[in-house]
Amino acid sequence: MIVVAAVLLALPYFAGGFGNAWVRALAFMLLYIMLALGLNIVVGFAGLLDLGYIAFYAVGAYTYALLASPQLTQNFAWIAQAFPNGLHISIWLVIPLSAGVAAMFGILLGAPVLKLRGDYLAIVTLGFGEIIRIFLNNLNAPLNITNGPQGITLIDPVRIGSVNFTGVHDVFGIAMPAVYLYYYLFLVLTTITIVICIRLQNSRLGRAWMAIREDEIAAKAMGINVRNVKLLAFALGATFGGVSGAMFSAFQGFVSPESFVLNESIIVLAMVVLGGLGHIPGVILGAVLLALFPEVLRHTVTPVQMALFGQVIVEAEVLRMMLYGLALVLVMLYRPKGLWPAPEHGVNPVVQKHSRLAA
Amino acid sequence: MSDIVLRVAGVNKRFGGLQALSDVGVQIVRGQIYGLIGPNGAGKTTFFNVVTGLYAPDSGTFELDGAAYSPHEVHRVAAAGIARTFQNIRLFPDMTALENVMVGRHVRTKATALGAILRTRATVAEERAIKQRSLELLEYVGIAKYADYQARTLAYGDQRRLEIARALATEPKLLALDEPAAGMNATEKVALRSLLEAISRDGVTILLIEHDVKLVMGLCDQVTVLDYGKTIAVGAPADVQRNPAVIEAYLGAAHTNVATKASA
Repeated sequence: MIVVAAVLLALPYFAGGFGNAWVRALAFMLLYIMLALGLNIVVGFAGLLDLGYIAFYAVGAYTYALLASPQLTQNFAWIAQAFPNGLHISIWLVIPLSAGVAAMFGILLGAPVLKLRGDYLAIVTLGFGEIIRIFLNNLNAPLNITNGPQGITLIDPVRIGSVNFTGVHDVFGIAMPAVYLYYYLFLVLTTITIVICIRLQNSRLGRAWMAIREDEIAAKAMGINVRNVKLLAFALGATFGGVSGAMFSAFQGFVSPESFVLNESIIVLAMVVLGGLGHIPGVILGAVLLALFPEVLRHTVTPVQMALFGQVIVEAEVLRMMLYGLALVLVMLYRPKGLWPAPEHGVNPVVQKHSRLAA
Repeated sequence: MSDIVLRVAGVNKRFGGLQALSDVGVQIVRGQIYGLIGPNGAGKTTFFNVVTGLYAPDSGTFELDGAAYSPHEVHRVAAAGIARTFQNIRLFPDMTALENVMVGRHVRTKATALGAILRTRATVAEERAIKQRSLELLEYVGIAKYADYQARTLAYGDQRRLEIARALATEPKLLALDEPAAGMNATEKVALRSLLEAISRDGVTILLIEHDVKLVMGLCDQVTVLDYGKTIAVGAPADVQRNPAVIEAYLGAAHTNVATKASA
């Protein structure tokens, strides 16, 4: 435990040796872990296939972007009057607010799909994800709220107390670029997410989710209010997406609808499925692998090909999709429950009895 | 008068052109083991599903322990105090036996998501009590040694027992069992019978649908016989067994004379 903590704390200094891009990749990895854990509540625990999860990431990102950039004050005179110094929202407000707004959208999605399962649910959630993105893309007229496809720029970086997350800071004599600060902030948030997920899993609510996943009718017969429990799964799953989105927005300083395409939903789902549906350590592993893999590829493919052939034959991007596909096929063939699935409890007592008789 | 646990009257249920139940009712006295029998397609399971809220009835009055209840939402029926098992076992297959029973405690406990996240003292205490009680119930039905096994890995008879333990975890006023002996061999049936007798002795009223007439006759205090969605006989098992209408329903009209002669 302590070793893991020490490694995680030292990691940016190690990775930073190869350039800040790696620390940035690690920070993104943490955002993806949060997303994957949030989606895992909906898909892994409650068994509700959600193909539009990235919508909550978008909702969180735009919540922060609108409240911490000149976008609204530039376009609406009355807002500019109300906030003469511009809108700058504190991080202590951002986190609960983005979580709350995302949870609201979670319920908005959950309410009409309560009776759907499997493929039908997947189609509706996919549509929901696209609707949110298309709204963001088109809400620039007649009132310019989201600035459409150009996205929102000049988003405030995170500010905690007097520490503004830009430039290089000097912490106890150690130079610490902003990206390191983000890494540590995300590390804290990810840790909180993991703790919450573990606690939820081993709770009355967690068992109710799993019961619904296993057999909805039997769950009802046990007195579980399936409607409320499902809505809670959508809402709580969405909160992590929302917080993660707000952090993404602050980290990037820029958001646009193209960050929230269907492909992103699928990648987050792939992290959950590849790692081990419903198993928290597995989901984290899946997120780590799929988030870092493209970075590693980007930094190795070109130099290796240059060294071997003297020219670039396959682009990293092309190779990435190919390897993703291959990885998913192989995992489904050889580890259908994911790379690190939940441990199996017990062996078949009947088999055990027979083998004892035979012995 | 609350020494009648379940009072159901005038239940009608129609599926398209089929009148599955016409004017069916039961009155179950506290502490009884009440049997519901009838040939295939008689409407036993339909009646059962109506009483437990799975099917909405076209008409009927429903009273549990002196209070009217509405059989329109399954989870409310469970909360009101009727716990059921299923003809084709419906456990939570990938959860452990213990977790299955712990789900049964859901309706009698109240920890919230926030309580779980903050791990409040009340939540921790409640969680401990849930686990404790669930282990006791596994012990009670005799499968405590499989507490950590996934439900789907249990032997068939043990799955039945687990389903009963899970139902008992909801502290039911009425335990409703849909063909618990289906698919069991003779030894398992004997064991099931002594379990049901023990449950009854411990004060739980039982409603039992069963195909196995021998089991019903030996176990039940009172039975209702259904045929084609109608009640054709009500009474003590020994009386019902001699009822010509019942014999006809089971064996066909031609056998009525033979059967009466044989019993005479």
